[in-house]
Amino acid sequence: MEQKTGSFEVKKGLAQMLKGGVIMDVVNADHAKIAEDAGACAVMALERVPADIRADGGVARMSDPDMIQKIIESVSIPVMAKCRIGHFVEAQILESIGVDYIDESEVLTPADESHHIYKHDFKVPFVCGCRNLGEALRRIGEGAAMIRTKGEAGTGDVVEAVRHARTVLGEIRRLQNMPEEELMAFAKEIGAPYELIVETRKLGRMPVVNFAAGGIATPADAALMMQLGVDGVFVGSGIFKSGDPSKRATAIVKATTHYKDAKILADVSRNLGEAMVGRQISAMTDAEKIATRGW
Amino acid sequence: MKIGVLALQGDFAEHQVMLELLGAEVTQVRLPEHLNGLSGLIIPGGESTTIGKLATAYGLMEPLKTFGKTQAVWGTCAGAIFLAKDAHRPQPLLQLMDIVIERNAFGRQVDSFEVDLKVPGLNLTGKQDIPFHAVFIRAPLIESVGKGVEVLSALEDGRIVAARQGKLMATSFHPELTRDDRFHRYFMELAK
Repeated sequence: MEQKTGSFEVKKGLAQMLKGGVIMDVVNADHAKIAEDAGACAVMALERVPADIRADGGVARMSDPDMIQKIIESVSIPVMAKCRIGHFVEAQILESIGVDYIDESEVLTPADESHHIYKHDFKVPFVCGCRNLGEALRRIGEGAAMIRTKGEAGTGDVVEAVRHARTVLGEIRRLQNMPEEELMAFAKEIGAPYELIVETRKLGRMPVVNFAAGGIATPADAALMMQLGVDGVFVGSGIFKSGDPSKRATAIVKATTHYKDAKILADVSRNLGEAMVGRQISAMTDAEKIATRGW
Repeated sequence: MKIGVLALQGDFAEHQVMLELLGAEVTQVRLPEHLNGLSGLIIPGGESTTIGKLATAYGLMEPLKTFGKTQAVWGTCAGAIFLAKDAHRPQPLLQLMDIVIERNAFGRQVDSFEVDLKVPGLNLTGKQDIPFHAVFIRAPLIESVGKGVEVLSALEDGRIVAARQGKLMATSFHPELTRDDRFHRYFMELAK
């Protein structure tokens, strides 16, 4: 009975256990406890939430391992942490301190403008962002065991999350109706590995779990993404930049489970206090947008 | 046969696919009234704290306990924790099975593993000699079992990873992540 660790099955498997859940950005152990008590299925440990990264400017890097370690010690649920796109040494460091998932994230300043990390080399699984099916399948080709649509992090505006989810899911629907002889040209068109195109068509869904991220700020936003067809949601700045983080976090968890039940959604949306202030994406310049990072 | 999957959080859809391939009619259970008319219920893998909090918030704890007294219930991973009488942590548990669970017993995600298990009890399906390929994800361990609990499978070192008590079953691993339907068949026999 030989035990095998680090296989793609067990990497992908953890993401399957997160389905139907909410993954929350936390910046310290107290936040992590609040998130766990609210019913988060995992937390993302980072030094600054995306809204603050935006406001502060400058280079955003992997967080202090000591701070991540303290969060790991404070909760029983899985802990994720972010490394810069292409920065495989930050990823090696995160793996060595025992994070459960690495987010190779456009929210941090990219370290490589042409290449992402070769993720098959790691025992720890990776989640990566995407705006369309081609980008998603390129990341899976590199070894990502989970995908999240990017949205536009740190804005509290759900419009890009919707755009990216609709794009990916729409492309999968198109793929399913495509005759076999068109698949190679489609692979070329969207820049995706042919084998993964074939697999996606056969499954009728992405071959790994797909969450939504970037701009989700209310229970209704979370339910909207779930009804569009994603497997779960990441909430970043939306919780701890709001008036009552604990209450809002609990409400978003409930909304993600009961996403089709409008009565429950109405109930959990009551008296949540101030939502995060937010920034309207249509009023932003292209240079301010971070979803375009990643290749 | 009508089987429910507790659909609060986790990989309930994977269980649903397996059950439907075996001809069961599947209901997703999110509220107490969804339990009506079911012969069995699967509590999926996921985060046991999340599942426990949502079950508490929507008044499912008592109905689930009552359901488990007469009907078949199977918990995989987080579901096994939820069925246990004790998990060494303050979190909502159904306490239907006389088993003690140690959460995250094998370490963190980098320690998650796959292994071929011997499960003699699966001979119900006539394929008893074939090992069961089991996927363990941040898995719990069944630390001890009470009287009346049958050990279905253990690792080579003797640590328990599957157990049954009457119509109740707990597995540390995830048969729903494989293509091997023997555990699901076994459970449907329990639910008959």
